[in-house]
Amino acid sequence: MNPEIRTLFVGALTRVEGEGALHVTLTDGAVERVELNIYEPPRFFEAFLRGRAYTEPPDITSRVCGICPVAYQISASNAIEDACGATIPPELMALRRLLYCGEWIHSHALHIFLLHTPDFLGYPDAISLANDRPDLIERGLAIKKTGNRLMEQIGGRAIHPINLRLGGFYSVPHAHDLAPLAEMLRRSLDDALDTLRSVAEFDFPDAEFDHEFLSLADSGRYPIENGTINRSGGPSFGVAEFSDHVVEAQVQHSTALHATLDGQRYLTGPLARYSLNSAALSPIAREAAEASGLGPVCRNPFRSILVRAVEVVYAIEESLRIITEYERPAKPFVDVPARAGIGHGVSEAPRGLLYHRYEIGGDGLVRAATIVPPTAQNQAAIEHEMAELVAANLTLDDVSLTSLCEKSIRNHDPCISCSAHFLTLTIDRK
Amino acid sequence: MSTPTLAVWKFASCDGCQLTLLDCEDELLTIAGQVQIATFLEASSDIVAGPYDVSLVEGSITTAADERRIREIREQSKVLVTIGACATAGGVQALRNFADIDEFASVVYAKPEYIDTLATSTPASAHVKVDFQLQGCPIDRGQLLDTLTALLVGRKPRLPAKTVCTECKLRGVTCVVVAEGIPCLGPVTHAGCGALCPSYHRGCYGCFGPAATPNSAALTPVLRRDGMSEDDVDRVFSTFNVFRFAAERNDR
Repeated sequence: MNPEIRTLFVGALTRVEGEGALHVTLTDGAVERVELNIYEPPRFFEAFLRGRAYTEPPDITSRVCGICPVAYQISASNAIEDACGATIPPELMALRRLLYCGEWIHSHALHIFLLHTPDFLGYPDAISLANDRPDLIERGLAIKKTGNRLMEQIGGRAIHPINLRLGGFYSVPHAHDLAPLAEMLRRSLDDALDTLRSVAEFDFPDAEFDHEFLSLADSGRYPIENGTINRSGGPSFGVAEFSDHVVEAQVQHSTALHATLDGQRYLTGPLARYSLNSAALSPIAREAAEASGLGPVCRNPFRSILVRAVEVVYAIEESLRIITEYERPAKPFVDVPARAGIGHGVSEAPRGLLYHRYEIGGDGLVRAATIVPPTAQNQAAIEHEMAELVAANLTLDDVSLTSLCEKSIRNHDPCISCSAHFLTLTIDRK
Repeated sequence: MSTPTLAVWKFASCDGCQLTLLDCEDELLTIAGQVQIATFLEASSDIVAGPYDVSLVEGSITTAADERRIREIREQSKVLVTIGACATAGGVQALRNFADIDEFASVVYAKPEYIDTLATSTPASAHVKVDFQLQGCPIDRGQLLDTLTALLVGRKPRLPAKTVCTECKLRGVTCVVVAEGIPCLGPVTHAGCGALCPSYHRGCYGCFGPAATPNSAALTPVLRRDGMSEDDVDRVFSTFNVFRFAAERNDR
């Protein structure tokens, strides 16, 4: 008898950033193949960064991703400042953290309201949802706008900010410039707490996965713009040891480089960050997390929307704290003279740990560049979760099962534009 | 009159220019009330077949499949607007046009033979007729809103072919070149950003691409005077709009 083969295929994933497809094959009721296919064309950043001036990667690599450009600018700056042996004064690092909070607020609000919430409420998009629930979407857009205004104030613009440079900034704001921003942030804090209460009422499927978590840790603070590397299944390690533990391999059946942590699949991003750092949240964010039903660890990716909402609360509070304590730095930047060497840089992009490594020559030109974006690291975990969910829901019809797979991918807010520039794009069309 | 349809398309890019539409927080729901958003993968799971009244195209053409897709989109679209440096100039990925693509692929990928890519990254206008183009890496939100409004009411979009220098003077920003000798591409760069970098005490780095008649021969000696080496000058013209600056430079 011929085996019964079911194929689930989505040619163009929607409500994700970038171009991807999914392909699931079931033979006689067993999951045979699960692939998140990336067909976004590569752009070869690591190749054309060679020969560029050591000052250029923050601006150039921000163009990897229009949704998280600050993550690229700051991981690149951290790496090159490390290579050049520069130390950035705490008041300038605080301003970078403030800029980064703006990116977290905007990016998480985008995912929570425009990409993820429609899945829970059964709508194709936020615009049709807004017809029935204008309160929810308008509140979301107001939070998103606060994040964008913060990026505009500190970075010059929300997409590919222009004000960040090696050593600090081109210019720093006066304290009175930040007062209107603080007012917006205070309003958004209430909106974010309301949001957390609203999304806590969504119906979450029971699904927990046993991935190892990888996230930064930042000496008791919730990690954002720098830190050391922490993990759930072993001792933490320094940024310079990243490539000793995380290895990317090209997998023939898939379109992607799969990153592994000491040979195993793992997860980075909000669930990992929260689970490894929930004790470091501010009191308001921690209480709000508890009230929403989150424990100190969260292994259910469908509940990542709660974690993102908690992180929005935290980022708003943290922004207000930085603004309250702000005194205008005497100099907007410190000099970072070129020197030959290798530097490593990390930061917590909204979607997870973003690693950069640069080798700088004595002439101040980039000799080699390596970038490991979060979505490439999460690829194996995303495929594993889809396979488990399909296996546990075989009684669903193809339409429902395919929809479940799409939701499972969307749980991780994959940024395919980011990952694709470092991934292959062959698709097995057999 | 039936509701006009709007489609948003992505080619090789960072998603930032289509994100600009979602960044119109105050106007997004109003726009959605005026047009039918027929295809916008980043925002909606509903996909409506063409033809479309207006297509916004983000990203550059870097694969054979995308060469075919941009032609199909053109056939389906009454008005085609390219948004951003990738779609109007090939983007930063057009640096490959001046390099060996096989060598590039071997640097990034362990098995470059799997890579299906063209040797060039080209703007949509190299393949099809483009009705309007919004320059910038990324585009300016105000220009996008004005263009959509113009197309809705049936007037021409306002996309003045000024330079960043002109915008800077109109805004009353102190000239960073004259006052401090900071190298600046403002005199040769297309307007649209509102002279953002000079207002942050930084020289323009050309992310909106060349103005209509960029006279780089006059600017280059000033850049050299203010401390840039010949290689620095080549590099600053070789970023997000490299393909168009290379075609327009008259200083070499």
